[in-house]
Amino acid sequence: MKAERLRARRRLTADTITLAHGAGGKAMHDLIDDLFAGEFDSAELAGREDQARLEIDALRQTGARLAFTTDSYVVDPLFFPGGDIGALAVNGTVNDLAVGGAQPLYLSCGMILEEGLPLATLRQVVMSMKKAADRAGVAIVTGDTKVVPRGSADKLFINTAGVGVIPPGREPGAGRARPGDVILINGPIGDHGAAIVDARGELALENSIESDCQALNGLVEALFAACPDVRCLRDATRGGLATVLNEFAAASSTAMRIDEQALPVREQVRGVCELLGLDPLYLANEGKLVAVVPPESADRALAALRSHPAGRDAAIIGEVRDAPAGTVVLATAFGGDRLVDMLVGEQLPRIC
Amino acid sequence: MKYVDEFRDPHKARVLIRRIESLIPEIPLTRQRPLQLMEFCGGHTHTIFRYGIEQMLPDAIELVHGPGCPVCVLPMGRVDDCVALAERPDVIFTTFGDAMRVPGSQKSLLQAKAEGADVRMVYSPMDALALARKHPDRQVIFFALGFETTMPSTALTVLQAEREGIDNFSLFCNHITTVPTIKAILDSPDMQIDGFLAPGHVSMVVGEKPFHFVAEHYGKPIVITGFEPLDILHSLWMLLRQLADGRRAVENQYARVVRPDGNRAGLAAVSRVFELREFFEWRGLGSIDHSGVRMRDEYARFDAERRFAVPNIRIADPKACQCGEVLKGVIKPWECKVFGTACTPETPMGALMVSSEGACAAYYNFGRIDLDALVARREAAGEG
Repeated sequence: MKAERLRARRRLTADTITLAHGAGGKAMHDLIDDLFAGEFDSAELAGREDQARLEIDALRQTGARLAFTTDSYVVDPLFFPGGDIGALAVNGTVNDLAVGGAQPLYLSCGMILEEGLPLATLRQVVMSMKKAADRAGVAIVTGDTKVVPRGSADKLFINTAGVGVIPPGREPGAGRARPGDVILINGPIGDHGAAIVDARGELALENSIESDCQALNGLVEALFAACPDVRCLRDATRGGLATVLNEFAAASSTAMRIDEQALPVREQVRGVCELLGLDPLYLANEGKLVAVVPPESADRALAALRSHPAGRDAAIIGEVRDAPAGTVVLATAFGGDRLVDMLVGEQLPRIC
Repeated sequence: MKYVDEFRDPHKARVLIRRIESLIPEIPLTRQRPLQLMEFCGGHTHTIFRYGIEQMLPDAIELVHGPGCPVCVLPMGRVDDCVALAERPDVIFTTFGDAMRVPGSQKSLLQAKAEGADVRMVYSPMDALALARKHPDRQVIFFALGFETTMPSTALTVLQAEREGIDNFSLFCNHITTVPTIKAILDSPDMQIDGFLAPGHVSMVVGEKPFHFVAEHYGKPIVITGFEPLDILHSLWMLLRQLADGRRAVENQYARVVRPDGNRAGLAAVSRVFELREFFEWRGLGSIDHSGVRMRDEYARFDAERRFAVPNIRIADPKACQCGEVLKGVIKPWECKVFGTACTPETPMGALMVSSEGACAAYYNFGRIDLDALVARREAAGEG
């Protein structure tokens, strides 16, 4: 039937890499599913989580597992209100570990530098990394440096890998949402994406939106302490809240229903979105986690999030339903319903 | 947010819905078939889907999503011309964001950019002019696109370039006009639309007068409409009020922005720089007389079509596409043979799947919730 065909899995069809393949939406998922996960084909990749969860003999007696992840950072501009590429490179990798339930321990730091980069810029980035690492309680213990000719990279790219330990009993997974579960977020969405649009200065907006760039491992510890049965947990980075919810819905064959009126969005971010025809649901965040918990734990989870500085504005934003499976539906403040699909490519401003 | 939330008040929406419902029995036609009301403008389509307005309306009202998305209706041949211009090594090709994904016969601007063309997204033609000032050694071409809404800003940019003597700036002009297009829809034999929501921002430029023919010659009510969800509901109520009263007139719901005479300064700039083309080709609708503008001879040096050789090859719409029938309300987007299968927002075949303002893309992105129910209803009715 037609409706079923519509939901059939998509495939990598492009001949060349476009920016859409890095934007966190459908194109990127196709690339990962068809090429990377298809070729590398390991059991640890199959879960499509933000980190691999590895059973190591030395840890096995305690029931703990090793978490391992990597991420690269190519943000432009390097410095923006509320953060910089260095803080991002530490917090992003820390967060990818933390949302697997892991306690992050060690990071690596791979630098790709463009010939001509002022040393003062690099120093500033490195100091920011150190500060962020101290704040998150992780150590940067190994690294690599490459310099490429002018024009072969844009100023400075950073890759960080990270390892941490997942204590026994923690098993958040995108496929574990059940009808009746409650969806939470730890604060307003879209700050990072809006701050970057703002900081690029193309619009000359008089504004001061700050990125939400922050480490989430402390918040995750508070959440697991109050609510050990967290079902799903992810940080909503590229592709925003909408993408994470679509991943949960697809992996668990449930429907995610969220309430527009309950969604925390800052006035300034709404303003930028209104002006440009962007949707805060798809804007990037760098310090926001989305949690799905059983209904009986919802109040405890909310209180735990709110008790931590990184979750002061936490909110319950919706619930999990059984149908239509694999979809995300937004109950609009206006009184209608609307489907929130994965982003096809990059989010492009509308013409009029 | 001030001046925005007032127009999205759910309580006022419920009041309007009740008023709309209570008018239905006063319109005899609704006993035979649902009323077909067309919103011409893509901005309205976007609002309707974004706020879920269609599901809030009674079954007696069917919204037909019109051709008013300038990105969607751009024919493939014109996109090929854009790509050819953008791929010239001396050119910086500037465009509004959502035109980048429109497929040409070989590739989109986004793909051309990935392959090395210097394509840059701008928010205003003045940004393109600023690039021309900054890069005097390069040719900066602005992809001028849109209905009357965006024409004044393009025209004023050309006049500014003339004043400053900037000679490395030009337009690839694809501006299109609203009135001939509405007329073409009204003249088509399978059309059965009962009323129109007229585009608010086009009207802000052209005023009310150009729409009088809809009421006078074709006997259809038409209401100039704003872009917030309450604007849409209010205008639908105004259309029904006219139908119930047996009146046919142009009414202005968007009076906070639209003046009866439009924007005279803007219109003066437009007519100084542009003149009507004999015809313009639309994706989905074919060729429509006088539905586009080109640059006057006095401004030929700012006209990319005359300055650079463009291939200018006409490419027919894919045969399987039923965009024209969807545009005229003859079929619903999901009734098209290729909707959601061969034609999706990732690989759009037809015009209406291209931009989020296109009816099919809007349906695909926001409206599929009810699709199973719709398909079931259709199969039960023996049409499927």
